[in-house]
Amino acid sequence: MDAFTQHIGTAAPLRRSNVDTDQIIPAVYLKRVTRTGFEDGLFAAWRNDPEFVLNQPEYDGVSVLVAGPDFGTGSSREHAVWALLDYGFRVVVSARFGDIFRGNSGKAGLLAALVTEEVVEQLWATVEQDPGTKVTVDLEAKTISAGELSAPFEIDDYTRYRLLNGLDDVGITLSHEADISAYEATRLAFKPATLPAKA
Amino acid sequence: MGRTLSEKVWDAHVVRRADGEPDLLYIDLHLVHEVTSPQAFDGLRLANRPVRRPDLTIATEDHNVPTFDVDKPIADPVSRTQVDTLRKNAKEFGIRIHTLGDPDQGVVHVIGPQLGLTQPGMTVVCGDSHTSTHGAFGAIAFGIGTSEVEHVLATQTLMQARPKTMAVTVDGVLPDGVSAKDLVLALIAQVGTGGGQGYIVEYRGEAIRALSMEARMTICNMSIEWGAKAGMIAPDETTFEYLKDKPHAPQGADWEAAVEYWKSLATDADAAFDREVVIRAEDIAPFVTWGTNPGQGLPLSANVPSPDDFETETDKVAAERALEYMGLTAGTPLREIKVDTVFLGSCTNGRIEDLRAAAGVLAGRKVAEGTRMLVVPGSGRVRLQAEAEGLDAIFKDAGAEWRGAGCSMCLGMNPDTLAPGERSASTSNRNFEGRQGKGGRTHLVSPLVAAATAVTGTLAAPADLEPVDVVVPENV
Repeated sequence: MDAFTQHIGTAAPLRRSNVDTDQIIPAVYLKRVTRTGFEDGLFAAWRNDPEFVLNQPEYDGVSVLVAGPDFGTGSSREHAVWALLDYGFRVVVSARFGDIFRGNSGKAGLLAALVTEEVVEQLWATVEQDPGTKVTVDLEAKTISAGELSAPFEIDDYTRYRLLNGLDDVGITLSHEADISAYEATRLAFKPATLPAKA
Repeated sequence: MGRTLSEKVWDAHVVRRADGEPDLLYIDLHLVHEVTSPQAFDGLRLANRPVRRPDLTIATEDHNVPTFDVDKPIADPVSRTQVDTLRKNAKEFGIRIHTLGDPDQGVVHVIGPQLGLTQPGMTVVCGDSHTSTHGAFGAIAFGIGTSEVEHVLATQTLMQARPKTMAVTVDGVLPDGVSAKDLVLALIAQVGTGGGQGYIVEYRGEAIRALSMEARMTICNMSIEWGAKAGMIAPDETTFEYLKDKPHAPQGADWEAAVEYWKSLATDADAAFDREVVIRAEDIAPFVTWGTNPGQGLPLSANVPSPDDFETETDKVAAERALEYMGLTAGTPLREIKVDTVFLGSCTNGRIEDLRAAAGVLAGRKVAEGTRMLVVPGSGRVRLQAEAEGLDAIFKDAGAEWRGAGCSMCLGMNPDTLAPGERSASTSNRNFEGRQGKGGRTHLVSPLVAAATAVTGTLAAPADLEPVDVVVPENV
């Protein structure tokens, strides 16, 4: 994963609440066995609507998505994060995220920035008035700024640390292999196994 | 001070705790399916890493498999490739797999409990948000993304921040004809789809204690629909009775030791929850959703709401959009909504008791003209059990389609989908836009309401039906 320190780009206002991961990418697009190529499934049902924000030419090339509350609820599909990344998004801003979506974002290198509903409203107003407004998301300082607006965002410290350093979770955990083995030696004997124990 | 059920189970799985880091938690059981795992196995191959504990891992194919002609190759080549990829990965990494045609193939959250692999006090994960189902046994069970699937395969652990605790206490006795599904839909309508965010929820109280294991699974299954990290129910005699003699349940002296340990997991009398919600079971009635998220529900006796009924601007806009998508007019009685398709199945309501409940309503009755009903058992074993009890004959005689096991129309990834504009009454868990097929409209219901709706062709409860004289098979 590439390190993420600061991102500057234009933003799209998604004036919807409860955008679940089925809306972000419907199940029929989940049949691929690769980690890339999900761009065509992003918001598939809405992309046919000429009024949809991402179909407006002034929002071409956006990399920040500003969404209503409860973004990314529902299914655990990480494909939702991959589809946003494949389309070109690097940051999603909302007042509430689905837990699993927020976790998946941190793993895959998409910044899920938690702000108040007021900040979402201000960002919507700013980028609707001038779609060319550059939005700056600074992960070091945990701030988001656009035009006159500058506001803090929340992200848990550990995800921030990993994103700033571009660290791979599995590698970090395997450095604690001795702890894992020590724990395994203490597991209760009656816990079930799916396979017979190895001889 | 005492500890809650979830705190006890959490603490028993901490491999490593360090300041400023999430806990490293050990995972007792990892369930794997075809849709969220291929990229995780690729990751292992790229890094040349093995699966650390194949003996704590089990795979099945459920999301993307057909429910008919299951003895033939899968017709859709992309789906076939995904299923074949899981089979190859299971073979390469030494993981047990249950494939189409095997009695233990089926919805991943149905087969874990039916095999006795889900037990109290465990940690259970799967690349599927409805993993919360397994919390019914007093396990901490939650859904994870594909990166985390890879992490668990490689390390048998996960890094997790410790959630807050919440108690949902359901006092009293559920009225006749009201099921666990109605209860959980009513709860979500009250607390909202984000109400559980950041919490592990413990469901407790008289009405919860009175539920069967399968009904408890229905409740815990829907925990994710109100945003909770996980939902749990303390293990008790009902749990032990269900588990005893399941294929992977502890045997002999191990059973005694296990039960003693499981009994110790209950929340201590002096433990405190970060938040508490209390519900009166007597207030619950058959419940259905009218909108496009599981919190947009009302008792079946109500009318379609108006956007003006909602307080916040966000809720008003959401209601307006939902009514437009659902093709509904404010003020219409819910009972007058005509349904094209009834779907009985899924990890929420695809177990044998759900099939019995629906068959009890359909015995001696017919599915309405112009309505189709799909019955999709949660697993091959549920299907065999239903056939042994004669339930398949009741469904077929009524005019319903009797299918093979899988997720099917719950998420419309296989050929079982709604056409644009088509309306369903579905015992599944999500009424999101397009969930059951592009443009499809979903009303979430209990198995009893699903069966009654199939008979009338409009949303209905069994109490709405004319009585019939029939001899109903024993368990129904």
